[in-house]
Amino acid sequence: MDRNPQKSFQDMILALHDFWSANGCLILQPYDMRMGAGTFHTATTLRALGPEPWNAAFVQPCRRPTDGRYGENPNRLQHYYQYQVILKPSPANIQDLYLESLRVIGIDPLKHDIRFVEDDWESPTLGAWGLGWEVWCDGMEVTQFTYFQQMGGFDCKPVAGELTYGLERLAMYIQGVDNVYDLDFNGQGVTYGDVFLENEKQMSKWNFEVAETDALFDLFNKAEAECRNALEHNVPIAAYEQAVEASHIFNLLQARGVISVQERASYMGRVRDLARGSCEAHMEKEAPVWAEKYPEWSK
Amino acid sequence: MSDFLLELRSEEIPARMQAGARAELEKLFRREMDAAGVTAGEITVWSTPRRLALIARGLPEATEAVSEELKGPPVGAPDQAIEGFCRKAGVDKGALETRDVKGRATYFAVKNVPGRATKDLLAEAIPAIIRDFSWPKSMRWGAASISTESLRWVRPLSGIVALLGDDVVECEVHGVTSGSVTLGHRFHHSGDITIGNADDYAMKLRAGHVIVDHEERQDLIRSGAAKVASEAGLKLVEDEGLVIENAGLTEWPVPLLGRFEEDFLEVPPETIQLTARVNQKYFVCEDEAGELANAFICTANIEAEDGGARVVDGNRKVLAARLSDARFFWEVDRKKTLAEHAKGLERITFHEKLGTVADKVERVAKLAEWLASEGIVPNCDPKLARQAAELCKADLVTEMVGEFPELQGLMGGYYARAEGLPDPVADAIRDHYKPVGQGDQVPTAPLTVAVSLADKLDTLAAFFAIDEKPTGSKDPFALRRAALGVLRLVLNNSIRTNLSDVLGAAKTGAITSMMFAQVRAVNKDAYEALERVGVDLEDDATFDLEEQALDKGMGPIMADAEQKMAGDLGLLDFFADRLKVQQREAGVRHDLIDAVFALGGEDDLVRLLARVKALQSFMDTEDGANLLAGYKRAANILKKEDWHGAEGEIARTGEEDPLSQVDDPDMRAVVEAKMAERHAKELSYEAEPAEKALMDALAKSEPAASQAIEAEDFSGAMAALAALRAPIDRFFDEVTVNAEEENKRAHRLDLLAAFRAAVHKVADFSRIEG
Repeated sequence: MDRNPQKSFQDMILALHDFWSANGCLILQPYDMRMGAGTFHTATTLRALGPEPWNAAFVQPCRRPTDGRYGENPNRLQHYYQYQVILKPSPANIQDLYLESLRVIGIDPLKHDIRFVEDDWESPTLGAWGLGWEVWCDGMEVTQFTYFQQMGGFDCKPVAGELTYGLERLAMYIQGVDNVYDLDFNGQGVTYGDVFLENEKQMSKWNFEVAETDALFDLFNKAEAECRNALEHNVPIAAYEQAVEASHIFNLLQARGVISVQERASYMGRVRDLARGSCEAHMEKEAPVWAEKYPEWSK
Repeated sequence: MSDFLLELRSEEIPARMQAGARAELEKLFRREMDAAGVTAGEITVWSTPRRLALIARGLPEATEAVSEELKGPPVGAPDQAIEGFCRKAGVDKGALETRDVKGRATYFAVKNVPGRATKDLLAEAIPAIIRDFSWPKSMRWGAASISTESLRWVRPLSGIVALLGDDVVECEVHGVTSGSVTLGHRFHHSGDITIGNADDYAMKLRAGHVIVDHEERQDLIRSGAAKVASEAGLKLVEDEGLVIENAGLTEWPVPLLGRFEEDFLEVPPETIQLTARVNQKYFVCEDEAGELANAFICTANIEAEDGGARVVDGNRKVLAARLSDARFFWEVDRKKTLAEHAKGLERITFHEKLGTVADKVERVAKLAEWLASEGIVPNCDPKLARQAAELCKADLVTEMVGEFPELQGLMGGYYARAEGLPDPVADAIRDHYKPVGQGDQVPTAPLTVAVSLADKLDTLAAFFAIDEKPTGSKDPFALRRAALGVLRLVLNNSIRTNLSDVLGAAKTGAITSMMFAQVRAVNKDAYEALERVGVDLEDDATFDLEEQALDKGMGPIMADAEQKMAGDLGLLDFFADRLKVQQREAGVRHDLIDAVFALGGEDDLVRLLARVKALQSFMDTEDGANLLAGYKRAANILKKEDWHGAEGEIARTGEEDPLSQVDDPDMRAVVEAKMAERHAKELSYEAEPAEKALMDALAKSEPAASQAIEAEDFSGAMAALAALRAPIDRFFDEVTVNAEEENKRAHRLDLLAAFRAAVHKVADFSRIEG
């Protein structure tokens, strides 16, 4: 069956899968936890550490509770999809590969103005930063393109290239649609709204109005404690999951408006400690194996 | 002679870094050529997003051989010294030559440095340039980055073109080898471009859809944007920053005009312009009436097949989404009054040691009201001043300013007008941050002046109170700018006030806030008690609380506040420094400002500056220069003789009756006796004519200068001083100060002291240079 990425949201995703699969990537599935960005997927954070080559692509549903608009804003969603590609070490032709992937989903760079505009990335929560660009298509940011320099406070050796496509935006652009809910999901008339509008309405209400805040505070503390428990038992991947959990609970508390400006910094600091601690433990655990396999590598 | 071409090709270099990178490339190239002894002629540097290029004209084929001689230690010097010299010079001991230097046999190292081919030198220079290149931010990439020692560049470096004449300068840097091949435009040209030499470089790139000369691209954008605007019957709003940025984002710039829905024009034009510029890098246009038009100009990097219709349409949609946001903010924000918004400031920390922004606003309101009611800012209604100040920061918590912090003040002005507040209040809210930069206009509307002054004075007093003063290049709270703002507001509006009074008022509010914030941090109960009672630091009753506070561990906080209340926090000195810096640019001599400041008691800036300016004009005259010479001579003699004649010293107080300064009756008697003794001496001999002339001149000039100063007739004061010039010169010519007779000597020294005191009526001449 022919794919039609210009008419179908799912075909666009499948076309990206085909493309990156053909270019040596593992096609992974979303991480089964609530998270704010594809970067939180262990396939990105933890795999960005250490010397082993790693090429993967996956869709990650992202939760941004404060961006919810009860389904009333044509561009903003509290739940949306990112397409993540991680290539380690960053290949010399990474920009060409990326541009080729745009052609595959129907963006012709001789008809559309593609630009690489400086935009460096930093996640204080993950102790991570990188240099790169936001990629513009006719003035619209469609991808974040980053060369990771540090993760969890450690130098990335070697550096990974990370591509994060905003799938809804890209699809809206390609399909020529002004409202995200009007996107054709399958090329046969099922819209994005059919799939997600009710979800947006209910989840916005829950995020902003309903979620029991005492329970959320409790969950945050429990995730924090469990992260430390996991770290004590030297299972850093499990610890990292609890850091991701704490991060999302914190986002929910923000949406409920129960964290003051002063407290905000302190909560972020707590999440950062968990994430960095997990990265550090992961690094400690794997370093001997890595060093043996890659003598030129050192922590 | 050959021309040299160097192209460093990389992934997209941030636009804002390109100008610096061009300068860096030229600097490092010159450094390398200087070190190698190659005279570089004309050098051209270019940049595009994907390449940095340098062309050096007329390089020699090789450097000339040179012979260097280094003088060493004398023959017979300790071995250590000789060996050290050999090491330094890089020669064997056996190769040293011996020469005669002033009769001593001395070692010399003679080094013959042969000439080298420029091509070889360049092959060494290129890697050095790349390795030493300094970027504001740089990164590692690719497989080599398994080591942190790998090459760093702003983005991955992908190719080097290095040609001397028609030949490749062969070199390699971290796996990137030089050659003659480059790439053209990312989309308009596929395949390699082989460069022949420096002369065909720009031409061949142009054929590959790359305009390598950034200035040419800037011109194209400037003229192209103006053209598409005029074709649409509009006028481009020029923006040189955008021209440069867009030239840094494109290799083949194509300005395109698009339209947005006219409905968006209901939003304040500044928000549209800012959205377009900051978020999208678009130019905007005006119609014939000078009103913002519903048009934007984007700069594409391609010549699209359809003439850019799709590109424009895509950009229009993005802008529309941005403008929808702006319109949404504009609508939401106006649902509340500014007073309602201002309540939100209680949640924003101004500084942890100073409380919230709401606290600051209250201080500013009090100060603005005071400036108005005291008449310091004339023709200003105190009530309106308070109202404008209370609302001046309210827009900080609006959605629009949250999105565009640059619009602070401006949006407050719009919202104030929209809710029907009087125009002067809206203007004061809008403009109270002014003047911001050097060229920024200084407010003149009384209400605006009052709020702007109060805001800046409070900021200064507050940060000085918590010891956050600027040091060296560090000024995180922009206090120098605030002080400069105060100076410009005061001087431009001729505001007559004593700076210390105004600073005192600001200081009281700031220290109170500081104390509150600290007490709150240490002990909430004590804070609440203070808040109930209310604190007025100038009221003794406040410190009755001290006993209670001490019990609760508040002692050090209260003591710190009390101690800070006693001084001026160093603000006056800070202002004096700022004034000197500011006036230096206006050509006013800083030593003259010092000379007037040093007298003390003068902190009416308007008067002070008038006096300094009169002094400067006077010092430019022959009389002024000679009087200064006379003054210095007199001062030197008095210093040498260690003369502290009572008359002279007392006269410095500037009082008519020297005794009026003496309160102590015993002291009074002593001084009276001393004065009587002096007068007796005065009469004990007949003054020489030149001596008499100086006495007469002083008797006239001194009161004349005093009166002129009193009347703020500073040129009159200078004229009074000028009258002393001839008599003092004559005195030095004709009279012996150090007369043998003690009574004569004492009287003459007193006379010089009196002369010095008279001059000090105008300024402390000892501070004047020259």
